[in-house]
Amino acid sequence: MKRIVEWLPALAVFVLVVGLWEGLVRALHVQQFLLPKPSTIVSVFWSDRHTLWPAGWYTFKEALGGFAIGSGLGILAATIVGRFRTLGTALMPIFIAANAVPIIAFAPIFGAWFNPISPRSKMAVAGVLCFLPVMVNTLRGLNSAKPRQIELMRSYAASELEIWRRVRVPTALPFLFTALKVASVLAMIGAIVGEYFGGSLNALGVLINNAADVFQFPLAWAGILVASLLGIALYGAVVAAERVVVRWAPDTRDA
Amino acid sequence: MLAHLRRAGIVALAVVVLVGLWELYHWIWATAGWTWPFAVNDTSMPHVWTIFKAFGQPAQVNQPSLINVLLHKTAFTAKEAAVGFAVGAVIGFVLAVVLVHSRLLQRGFLPYIVVSQTVPILAIAPMVVVWVNPKLPAPLQGWGAVAVIATYLTFFPVTINTLRGLQAADQRALELMRTYAASRWSVLWKLRVPSSLPYLFSALRLSATVSVVGAIIGELPTGLQNGLGGAIFNFNEYYSIEPQELWATDVIAAFLGIAFFVLVVMAEKALVRRAPENVA
Amino acid sequence: MSVVEIKGVTKTFAQGNITALENIELELQPGEFVSLIGPSGCGKSTLLRVVGDLTPPTHGTVTVNGKPAHQARKDGDYGIVFQDSVLFDWRTVAKNIALPLEMLGWDRERRRTRVEEMLDLVELRSFADHHPWQLSGGMQQRVSIARALSFEPALLLMDEPFGALDEMTRERLNLELLSIWEKLGSTVVFVTHSISEAVFLSTRVVVMSPRPGRIAGVVEIDLPNPRTAETRYTPRFFELVTKVRELLRSRGEHLLPEEEELLEADR
Repeated sequence: MKRIVEWLPALAVFVLVVGLWEGLVRALHVQQFLLPKPSTIVSVFWSDRHTLWPAGWYTFKEALGGFAIGSGLGILAATIVGRFRTLGTALMPIFIAANAVPIIAFAPIFGAWFNPISPRSKMAVAGVLCFLPVMVNTLRGLNSAKPRQIELMRSYAASELEIWRRVRVPTALPFLFTALKVASVLAMIGAIVGEYFGGSLNALGVLINNAADVFQFPLAWAGILVASLLGIALYGAVVAAERVVVRWAPDTRDA
Repeated sequence: MLAHLRRAGIVALAVVVLVGLWELYHWIWATAGWTWPFAVNDTSMPHVWTIFKAFGQPAQVNQPSLINVLLHKTAFTAKEAAVGFAVGAVIGFVLAVVLVHSRLLQRGFLPYIVVSQTVPILAIAPMVVVWVNPKLPAPLQGWGAVAVIATYLTFFPVTINTLRGLQAADQRALELMRTYAASRWSVLWKLRVPSSLPYLFSALRLSATVSVVGAIIGELPTGLQNGLGGAIFNFNEYYSIEPQELWATDVIAAFLGIAFFVLVVMAEKALVRRAPENVA
Repeated sequence: MSVVEIKGVTKTFAQGNITALENIELELQPGEFVSLIGPSGCGKSTLLRVVGDLTPPTHGTVTVNGKPAHQARKDGDYGIVFQDSVLFDWRTVAKNIALPLEMLGWDRERRRTRVEEMLDLVELRSFADHHPWQLSGGMQQRVSIARALSFEPALLLMDEPFGALDEMTRERLNLELLSIWEKLGSTVVFVTHSISEAVFLSTRVVVMSPRPGRIAGVVEIDLPNPRTAETRYTPRFFELVTKVRELLRSRGEHLLPEEEELLEADR
């Protein structure tokens, strides 16, 4: 009961915004191509579902592939660099600088490498986008082990490998999941925005871009809705995995 | 001073190593004729020196050199990103201040701001540009719509982080302020805002990069030719003939992103005089 | 044979050219409870870490159970308890206690029995499946003690284990520690800031003085066993506390403010 009351204001805002939007568009006779009514978007979302969802799924697979490859390589790289502390600290400024590079700008190059129509080129964009935050955060996590805990392990005559397995990895897990949550969003962005530079006709990004080009805004917004739902789904999956793996934390809700 | 020199040395060394790896990869793959993951040749991976030579040559006949053209385009994109970033940061900050004082508004709006962090928000760039652009007054035509994208990309992380920071003020310090019978206003400026700065800056660091990305992507649907996004789109068409021009443009775009980030980090260093480990 | 033999141990830190320990000689007999006490910077924690082979001495030797300290560490001859409990957040109470047993390669069944014994010993049976953040500071420290004792080390090293706790919890844990010590008969090296705690717990109190870290004197504690809460009110207890306090005083007419504070706090 209390939870419902807590959510009431959010619900009210939703109803108010959608109602105002719908009402104003109707009352002021705003033309469809400027701003479609929510009801129009929803009806297109339903009527074009046979185009929208396959396109969404196509793009989602690209995002998922990029997410898996990029995050996997990020974890691997962090593990390797983490073995050599001085290397990690020396390279850190470079990773941070690389993180500030607008990777999306390189999407056309990935298109040229892998053929812009091929899903592999979008996977590459999504993968590179995921790689850096995952790598940087995992590395930070591996290096955040408390000195006392390591000392305790030393008092048990633990080997470096054992310290790594029993102290460094568990310490790094919350850091890793923070990065994976960021990466899940970046993967969707990479796939969709990568498609804005060109891609297969049955991809969501291409569909949104083309619809916007010819002022079919209801379809474009319905496409955005699909993209958002898929994005939330991927994010939710990472959060669920975090709750299973990081069971010890007092509160993993804090995203 | 010595530490700075050493750092610069490491960065320079890393750049040299990266260039070396690039050329080595090129050489091995091209010589062996390997096509996985992609075929390597002078088009897919132009030589580093080819890219740098491209800066000095004109992109088209009877035009100034590429670097000249690109710098103008960079300035244009930087303007879009910077204006959008500044406006977004201010709106985000103000909204956070409002939200921290009203539980009701927080419950009403916060869920959407949180969800906005989990959806591919950059995807609506084309819609925003096409929708906003016709409504703008003449001097803002074109670049103004792109700045709007940078604004809203900046706004979300800034709001959420600032709110977290404002709430992160030490409970005991809040009670101390209460013993002074401090007004909300002075609690805000003397306690909440200072303690939110590290949070604010971690959002700004993120937004700095994102606003550049937003500006570049925003230029695509407007068909604007004055910025880096337009240049990338154009040079992409001619990639098979002159790949080095797209590469050169991307190198400049990378520097723009890094420059934005570094500016924010420098501002943070000047403003937040503590917790040096927060710099990264 | 003595459990710990410290011979001519000197420890200098290159940074700042500090002599943390100078020519320390100390021998511990089996079953002894020895406290190291002194103001901050007297090197008492450093001495403990040297015994535990967590930091090497610059000169001198440390022998534990007749072996070099390094070998003793490899053999798992001692358990250690730090000031903060150093529990692993990701492990439950039971799993934290089992950690050293896992490292020693005990099988699951043997681990389970031992962990249950230890949980009973520190009276935390009903918290076996809790995570550290769900426990109070005192409970966390009890888990930490149980972990250190779980593999029955001949030697227990404790570095201000109760320093972060409130006075009441501290006195209760003092009693618990004594009863555990009497039950197990292990040898204990106990670093503390508190004179009364040192006197109450120990069979011997080693008073140290700073700059450079030296042994200023040793006080034999001849209070009757078992000690109870009432022991603290006996005249002999006061005499011994005074004796330790005078040793702490004697070394310097010029005490630093923080040393004065230490003496004041214990009055």
